[in-house]
Amino acid sequence: MSSYSITEPSTPQKWFAGTLVVAYAIITLLPLVWIITTGFKSPVDAIAYPPKVLFEPSLEGYVNLFTTRTRVSPETLEALPPPESWYEEIVRNRDMVIAGPSRYGERFLNSVIIGFGSTFLSVFLGTLAAYAFSRFKVPLKDDLLFFILSTRMMPPIAVAIPIFLMFRTLGLSDTHLGMILLYTAVNISLAVWLLKGFIDEIPREYEEAALIDGYTRFQAFYKVVLPQAATGIASTAIFCLIFSWNEYAFAVLLTSGTAQTAPPFIPTIIGVGGQDWPAVAAGATLFLVPVMVFTILLRKHLLRGITFGAVRK
Amino acid sequence: MSDTPFDRAAKATPPTVASKIRGLSDRAIAWIFVLPTIFLLLAVNIFPLIWTINLSFTNFRANRPNREVEYIGFRNYERILTDSDIWLTMQATAHFLFWTIFFQVLIGFTLAWLINRKFRGNDLWTTLIVLPMMLSPAVVGNFWTFLYQPQIGLFNYGISFLTGVDPSSFQMIGDVTLAPWSIVIVDTWMWTPFVMLICLAGLRSIPDYIYEAAEIDRASQWRQFWTITIPMVLPFLMLAVLFRGIENFKMFDLVVQLTGGGPGSITELTSINLKREAFEKWRTGYASAYAIILFVTVFGLASIYVKALNKVKER
Repeated sequence: MSSYSITEPSTPQKWFAGTLVVAYAIITLLPLVWIITTGFKSPVDAIAYPPKVLFEPSLEGYVNLFTTRTRVSPETLEALPPPESWYEEIVRNRDMVIAGPSRYGERFLNSVIIGFGSTFLSVFLGTLAAYAFSRFKVPLKDDLLFFILSTRMMPPIAVAIPIFLMFRTLGLSDTHLGMILLYTAVNISLAVWLLKGFIDEIPREYEEAALIDGYTRFQAFYKVVLPQAATGIASTAIFCLIFSWNEYAFAVLLTSGTAQTAPPFIPTIIGVGGQDWPAVAAGATLFLVPVMVFTILLRKHLLRGITFGAVRK
Repeated sequence: MSDTPFDRAAKATPPTVASKIRGLSDRAIAWIFVLPTIFLLLAVNIFPLIWTINLSFTNFRANRPNREVEYIGFRNYERILTDSDIWLTMQATAHFLFWTIFFQVLIGFTLAWLINRKFRGNDLWTTLIVLPMMLSPAVVGNFWTFLYQPQIGLFNYGISFLTGVDPSSFQMIGDVTLAPWSIVIVDTWMWTPFVMLICLAGLRSIPDYIYEAAEIDRASQWRQFWTITIPMVLPFLMLAVLFRGIENFKMFDLVVQLTGGGPGSITELTSINLKREAFEKWRTGYASAYAIILFVTVFGLASIYVKALNKVKER
């Protein structure tokens, strides 16, 4: 800054603040760095003392994550034909053979299906409701909006009791459809509140001009308002996706086999004598990195998303 | 036939009128747009809530659907409110709530204040600091049990590196005195950025001219901080506390993966306790009453708090 300003912090102040913030960032990111690096450690390196910062990278964690293995006697191992692939070789080195694929792939796919399905539905319904709340006189508007928000105050376990019974009666337990509907219902409050904020910011004059030009209200909505709200809709969608992606309480109580998502599955990855940490870390890395990327993309709307639109930068 | 005076008149009429009649009225559109959402919330939120209230007066057990259900009045509520174990879980929850909010406000505000010194690259570091909060609490909580392991865990190693204590001499999760703090630490690690972001928005909302005026009046930095910065950030800070309060009252995923409520039931927060009653002991009626009590508590506390928040905003 060229001109002197009395409110601009001095250079030493900036250095001091910068150093402290960077130090905090490094400490706070250590657990995340540890997750990513542990995924590339061999089981021995992962539990070494003192904790190893430098290690020989290994893909054993990832191989173990995606396969199930059985231990075989050295004689049987000798009798087998030579390993055909690099991952078979890794497994053979541990006196084991690959028995088949693990369930991680399925669980990850479930997360994708349920995440995207519920995100699409909640953003679709949320955009419609948000537009109506933003532009029209809806009777009891404030009460309805508060009601939509208050559905978020219930502890998920408390909601899960009747949902569990309801799903059992309707045959929705452990189905993708059931989870999509449930996550949509949870996400819709966020979607309506966020999108209402975004749509409120689009000047009404645009639609009014379109109406005068002969558009119907509905045409004005999808030809004028929707394109204007595109950024808002996209960031709302990412927030909904992150929620469904991370959700654990409903998933662990309402799914077991077919529709189980990755969060309840990852902690159950076990090896010989307890959790197989490199495999857990590998599974966590693949699962967490997409969210990290989204967070960086979203950084401008982050605050808005996490406060239901209450705070806008 | 195509050129009668009537047709010409019709063509001269702006299309607005015609299409407006053809299109739906605003009122109809408003209802069509709002109803699906309301319907979904009724089906997945309100109907279950009413069902829960109904179940809370019964001795229903979900693992025995064929057993006859009896209405037992307020007996479930009586039992819960007089149960000393439930008061212990309430205490565990209160401890968790108080200390997580305390540390998150303290560290979060300090960080926001430092970031607001506008040093070079502050945007980049802010984004990096925010990362933990966006991740799956269950997955991260599970991994923290690895970091907390005595001897091989990174956390214990870090503490021993800084203080010289033997890393295998303490167990964060297995120890009765340390376990409540182990969940406070992870929650603080995860959610401090949330408070920080909101405080930062508050700090950035203070216009420069207020500080300039204070500077002209020769108010000291210290005085400026207490008479300008703090009061102006307070509504934001209170909002952050509201969000964290509600979220941590509901806390389940992170803690259940970290300690599972143990050792014993030292870290058994209300949600974990509720899960045990509802899905392990299958006392569905009892658990429903418990859920209603929790909901009324959150809702009541949040309403009182929002009133206070609005008063602060008005000042």
